[in-house]
Amino acid sequence: MNGAAQSALAPGGAEAAAILSLFWPVTALLGAIWLAVLLVLALGLWRRPGAAPRRAGLAVGAATAGTVLVVIGLTLASYLVTRPLSAAAEAPLVVQVQGRQWWWQVTYPAEGDAPGFTTANELRLPLGRPVRLELAAADVIHSFWVPNLAGKQDMIPGRDNALLLTPRQAGIFRAQCAEFCGMQHARMALPVVVQPAAEFARWRAGQAAPAAAEALAVAGRQVFESRQCSACHTVRGSEAAGSTGPDLTHLASRETLGAGLLPMTRGALAAWTADPQTLKPGNNMPLVPLTADELQALTEFLALLR
Amino acid sequence: MAILALALLGACKREVRELRPDPPVAAALGGVAALPVGIGGRPPEVYFALGKPYRTNAYQLSEGKRLYAWFGCAECHGQGEGTARGPALLDGWWNYGPAMETIYLSLRDGRPGGMPAFHTRLTEDQLWQLAGYVQQLGAYSGGAAAPGRSDEPPVRPAENRAPARFAPLEP
Repeated sequence: MNGAAQSALAPGGAEAAAILSLFWPVTALLGAIWLAVLLVLALGLWRRPGAAPRRAGLAVGAATAGTVLVVIGLTLASYLVTRPLSAAAEAPLVVQVQGRQWWWQVTYPAEGDAPGFTTANELRLPLGRPVRLELAAADVIHSFWVPNLAGKQDMIPGRDNALLLTPRQAGIFRAQCAEFCGMQHARMALPVVVQPAAEFARWRAGQAAPAAAEALAVAGRQVFESRQCSACHTVRGSEAAGSTGPDLTHLASRETLGAGLLPMTRGALAAWTADPQTLKPGNNMPLVPLTADELQALTEFLALLR
Repeated sequence: MAILALALLGACKREVRELRPDPPVAAALGGVAALPVGIGGRPPEVYFALGKPYRTNAYQLSEGKRLYAWFGCAECHGQGEGTARGPALLDGWWNYGPAMETIYLSLRDGRPGGMPAFHTRLTEDQLWQLAGYVQQLGAYSGGAAAPGRSDEPPVRPAENRAPARFAPLEP
């Protein structure tokens, strides 16, 4: 995900563009006020000592009136720009995103003919269609933030929050947990892939299917099923049905590994499987002792989960 | 005053978080010598060399508490009060004795009557973490270290409160 965009100043969605249209005028106005205050302060400092004090009544009155006007104006502008952001869109794509220490569970509920499925650590959205993200947390407070698409929204255990956004530009945007949530808060990122509707529909159909048959045929599958892996992870189509770790059914189709930690390569898969605690200390995946042969077989299996 | 402040500062010690036991250490943790009846025995030497962290370190106890929730212990044992499917862990009556290595063996190999074996689902150090937490749940004396508090409303005393001190004389 190196090079993926993460900037509120380069909007790729309607909501981020609206917020940016508020950001620049507010910044310019407040910058101008700051300069004016400094100018008055400088004039006050440079005044000749002993000069007769002038009456300040008019200046204070003007400054007070100006302050009131600016505060009222900015409040109105802020209200007018941000109010439509929480207005319900028609027929939005609903996606449930749950924050966990330290990864994201992403669930696409069934919609029309398209069956529902659960994936992790990657959010894909169709271009141009409004999206309603239903945000939840499993353990502690997290916060969901894709600066390029929308503002941030907290994920709070026991509370249902929602965020509306409409992607207007295809590409990969980086989301980041924006609320300190423990040891690996910094490495809790999420690639958000915005793609044309047809491509998205193809991806969605592929993700809803069980794991690839060629993956289920290799010897690494037995290692995965018989060792600790299957206690926490699910691979649909195999016996592994754990629910406390990320769903790995289509692991190798994702952009990154370990919630934005590493690019998805076979080498990264092997390194992560061999010693997750060195790559992301404190995460909830233990170091599972494997022989070299087991690690090879397991990596082959994981790399085939496309 | 300054000396006192320095002495106080010296007392600030962060809880050690052992996130990753070296693989040989983890492997050695499995070397429990058990009596033929499966009750009692001797923990591996490495358990003492590490300083018995699974019973005295708050991080290890917290991990044990997380595993208790994640691996479905509550299905049969509740929050320690027991259910129709599994015995209570709080009452001070241990079917196979309160020793750490015995609890470890129960978790690793299972017990007759429905207790499943967890050796294929948990790693060696996780088995010890869970054993430490279970032992503290029904301890006869309080511990200085405690796991993180529960998010749910409490249905039993906190883990370091040694509820088994008040165990009834009959099971």
